[in-house]
Amino acid sequence: MMNRRQTLQHSWAVATLLGTAGFMPFRAFAYDKAAFEAKSVTAALKALGASAPVASADVTLQGPEIADNGASVLLSFGTSLPNIKRVLLLVEKNPSALVASFSVSPVVDSQFSLRIKMSQSSEVYAVALTQDGKAYFAKRDIKVTLGGCGE
Amino acid sequence: MSEASRIRIVPAGANATVRVLMSHDMESGQRKDGSGKIIPAWHIQDVTVLLNGKSVMTAEWGTAVAKNPFWQFTLKGTKAGDKVAIQWKDSRGDTRIDEATVGSI
Repeated sequence: MMNRRQTLQHSWAVATLLGTAGFMPFRAFAYDKAAFEAKSVTAALKALGASAPVASADVTLQGPEIADNGASVLLSFGTSLPNIKRVLLLVEKNPSALVASFSVSPVVDSQFSLRIKMSQSSEVYAVALTQDGKAYFAKRDIKVTLGGCGE
Repeated sequence: MSEASRIRIVPAGANATVRVLMSHDMESGQRKDGSGKIIPAWHIQDVTVLLNGKSVMTAEWGTAVAKNPFWQFTLKGTKAGDKVAIQWKDSRGDTRIDEATVGSI
C-alpha cells in the first residue's frame, strides 16, 4: 500500500524516465526570453509576433485603483472571446513589460487571477491572442503607493 | 527541494476553479543586497497544468509575478475524481510537480 507521498514520488520518477526517453506527456517548456526582456508593451507584443491589439469590451481586467504595496497586486483578467490561444498580462512601466503569458486549450475558461509586482503607477494591459492571429486588449490605470521592485 | 504548491479546487457545476499558492522567492533581479550588489533574478519561468495527466494549459512567467505566486484559473467539464497536477520550472532549472483531486460538490 503506497501513501500519497510515495505515489507522487513514483509518478515523478516515471515522468522523469519518460522525459529522458523523449516521451514527455506534455509540451516541452518554452520560455520566451526576448519577449520577457522587452521594455514596453509594444515591444513585448512585437517579440511575441502578435498583431497590433484592438480595444475590446470582451476582454476584462480588474484590479485595485490604488495599490498600497506594489510587491503584491492582485489582478483578475480574461476574455469571453472564442478560439483563444494566449492571454497575456503586461505592465507598461515595469522594468520588463510582460508579466505572464497563459497558453490555453478548450478545457480552460480564459479567466485568471494573478498576484503581480508593480514598480510604479502604470497602465496595465490584458491582451487576448486568438488562434487566427488577432489581438484584443483591455487596459487599466493602477496607482502604486509603494513600488514593488526594491522589496 | 522547494516546498509543495498548495492547490485548492472548488467545483462549481461542470467547472472547477483551481487556486494555487506556490512557494518561491521570485527574485526580480532589481533588488540590491547589503553591500549594494544586485541580487540576480531567480523566478518561475514555465508552468504546466495537467488534467488527468494531459497538458491543458502552459504559462510563462517573468520576474514581475509576486513572491510566493498566487493564481487562479478555471477548468471546464471536470468531474469528481479528476486529477489536476501543476508543474513548474524556474530559471535555475529547479522543478516540482504537485497534484490535487477534484472533490464532489
